[in-house]
Amino acid sequence: MLANFGFGALLITLLISLYGIGAAIYGVRRNQPAWVESARLAMLLTFPLISVVALSLIVLLVSGHYELEFVSSVTSNSMPIYLRITALWGGQAGSLVFWSWLMSAFATAVTLRRWDRDREFLPWVIVVSLITLAFFLILTIFFENPFERIWRAPNGQFIVAMFQPAGASLAMMRDGQGLNPLLRHPGMIIHPPMLYLGFVSFVIPYAFAIAALITGRTDDRWIRITRRWALVAWLFLSLGLILGGRWAYDVLGWGGYWGWDPVEIAAFMPWLTGTAFLHSVMIQEKRGMLKHWNMVLIILTYCLVIFGTFLTRSGVLSSVHAFAQSAIGPMFFGFIGLTFIASLYLLMQRWDSLKADTHMTSMLSREALFLLNNLLFMSILVVCFWGVMFPLISELFTNQKVTVGPPFYERATAPLFAGLLLLMGVAPLSAWRHSTAKTLGRAIWKPFIFSLLVGVLLPLALGVRHWAALLGFWLSAFVASVTLYEFWRGALARRRKSGENLALALWRLAGRNRRRYGGYVIHLGVVLMAIGIIGIEMFQTETQGTIPRGGSLSLRDYTVTYQSLAMFDTPDGRNVARAVLSVEKNGQYVGELHPRRDYYFESQQPMTIPGVRSTMEDDLYVLLVDWMPVSSQGATFKIYHNPLVNWLWLGGLVFILGTLIAAWPEKDPEEAVERAPRSAYAGAQV
Amino acid sequence: MRNNQPFRDVSPTRRMTAALLWMVGLLLLAGMTLIFVPQASAQNPTPPPAISDDQVNAIAKEMYCPVCENTPLDVCPTQACAEWRELIREKLAEGWSEAQIKQYFVDRFGDRVLATPPARGLNWLVYVIPPIAILLGVFLLYSAFRAWRRSAPPPAQASPPAAGSAPASDEYVRRLEEELRNR
Repeated sequence: MLANFGFGALLITLLISLYGIGAAIYGVRRNQPAWVESARLAMLLTFPLISVVALSLIVLLVSGHYELEFVSSVTSNSMPIYLRITALWGGQAGSLVFWSWLMSAFATAVTLRRWDRDREFLPWVIVVSLITLAFFLILTIFFENPFERIWRAPNGQFIVAMFQPAGASLAMMRDGQGLNPLLRHPGMIIHPPMLYLGFVSFVIPYAFAIAALITGRTDDRWIRITRRWALVAWLFLSLGLILGGRWAYDVLGWGGYWGWDPVEIAAFMPWLTGTAFLHSVMIQEKRGMLKHWNMVLIILTYCLVIFGTFLTRSGVLSSVHAFAQSAIGPMFFGFIGLTFIASLYLLMQRWDSLKADTHMTSMLSREALFLLNNLLFMSILVVCFWGVMFPLISELFTNQKVTVGPPFYERATAPLFAGLLLLMGVAPLSAWRHSTAKTLGRAIWKPFIFSLLVGVLLPLALGVRHWAALLGFWLSAFVASVTLYEFWRGALARRRKSGENLALALWRLAGRNRRRYGGYVIHLGVVLMAIGIIGIEMFQTETQGTIPRGGSLSLRDYTVTYQSLAMFDTPDGRNVARAVLSVEKNGQYVGELHPRRDYYFESQQPMTIPGVRSTMEDDLYVLLVDWMPVSSQGATFKIYHNPLVNWLWLGGLVFILGTLIAAWPEKDPEEAVERAPRSAYAGAQV
Repeated sequence: MRNNQPFRDVSPTRRMTAALLWMVGLLLLAGMTLIFVPQASAQNPTPPPAISDDQVNAIAKEMYCPVCENTPLDVCPTQACAEWRELIREKLAEGWSEAQIKQYFVDRFGDRVLATPPARGLNWLVYVIPPIAILLGVFLLYSAFRAWRRSAPPPAQASPPAAGSAPASDEYVRRLEEELRNR
């Protein structure tokens, strides 16, 4: 019953979306605001409707209606309630509903803002949002319907369908298969929503860009309106990526946080163009340049967002043939192709109206360095995109499967990331419009010297000899020095003007210029992450061995001794083998670790959870690989030593903090100007 | 670069540059001595008699599971992969080299077990396309710069470079205030 109701709501939402698209276009074309207003109301209506759909699905998940194929594939009796709710995005069909819900939510939020100055954008923003929403709804209704049920045909076969096939009866399943154990970790619970929040919120700046192209208002109004949207979208995408890395480290059990897996790269690519976009729009705002390029970037970001969703959701990555046979693959492919071509067509139409106001004249000016930054981000994008696409191309043309793995990506992107670090150190000191090597040199030499001391001499003294690590540490120290120097100079300058003490000066300075200083904090976060990445990537060591009870394994300064192993069943449906190991560092006892192996009965899947001892200096990461079946006497352990890895997570926190600072709403002088005429307007209206 | 100023105006900067170069030189010298200070390193006393897990993993790390999706062979938890790792152990015990073992796997399971495509045939594209694309980007950027500089009118004179460091911070204050005003 509830399933039919939910499906009905889904259908109505689609119909309303299609109506909204038609009404908006008609209203704009025939210059009839009433139709545009009707489209706006349709847009608003989709939100409660899709919420009803999502809620129905959640209720069905929580109450264990296993006759629904989706419910039985992602939940089971042994799962606690909160996990059953989060199982909504644990499977294909549910995550498409979740995507649609987010799309409707954001489009509604945008529709509710004040539109006085930008009335002409409204219909097109509605159209783009509703087209995207309609696409996902069509996918859900016709290809991945979460409300489909399992029927038993007269001949005993099981059929999955929405409505009752002739002669079949509902198969009342008593239990489900349960959520993939890998997805039950807290990091994994929050990672898909964060990524989807990031993906979906990038649709809004794109919608405004398309509106700007169609209406001809190609000045930077669309950028200013969506500035905070783009930043918040980027925040969620970054958070999703960081959480994904943390989840991989905690739960996937291979001692690392990023494997250059195609699915990871699929989420990374829109982040790359998004970051390039965030920097590049500053050039348009400050100097009126690069208008074409900003359009290209936001179009690319939108297509990569859909592409990212497609890569993680279709079968294309496992094989081209799986893609061709799946229904959802060609649909995504078609949608991305159509929107890309349509967007480019609109861009071409408006090409001339996007002419730059001024030109770039100095190769070391901030605009030029930002352009270089864009080049580097796009280069990384090319490497990632090609690395993901090539195995598919190879399979298509030669029928040979190949793997493009981490060595390819690492070797290709390392110099590009190093270049970005260098730019992060130089660009804050270069001026808009004009900078020479002389003026830059004058600004740079103090942080440069400091960075040599901290970034080169200090690691050398500590025993680091690896040239790439030294270069990396120097670059990190350089960026940190320049950024802290900027804070210092700014606070000093403000103190001189206002007489405040240094701390207050710093606070007020950052408060009045959140985008810039938030950006600097983000850069500091990146530096910390870089230090962590250098540590684990270049200095990770590992060992594996089988030891009897009481035996030890050594790695670098650490010795782990196998004390005991316990095996027991837990009430939520798994068998746990939990080892106890004592850890000594340089002969001193530092604690116990409990690596374990969980075996989930229903999904018949094992999960390896490491025992980790974390300090800022390093992680000792121990995995229980195997144990003697008969008498639990001996066991096999794998130990990873990951130097500096916690700087990565610390850096992630600073990064997010910086983004929050940059995105925090402030008394924008522009909003103050907006408020003034509005009150006059309000007075005139009544 | 606009370098048409008389020599005497350049002199303080020159002095600073010279001092800078000396400092950098001295620091590099200090650094070099540190690099070449011999480091105590622990040597492995005797090679292990049996093939250790670490030796197996060193090779398995560089290969991918022939059947699972994007999983390196050393961490793949399936029974099949465990058996393949034992196979590597056997081959190592028989004295096979790393290259021979990898070739053995490639012969039986195809190129997909290698972490990067072997550079032959169509696979050349994977290594060649990114550098070409990046160079294309560099070229486009460079030509765009050239076009802009040729077509642009001479830009308005920026404020004259400050004579010393104290005025430079005032200039910084002025720039900061201007930016905050024009935001």
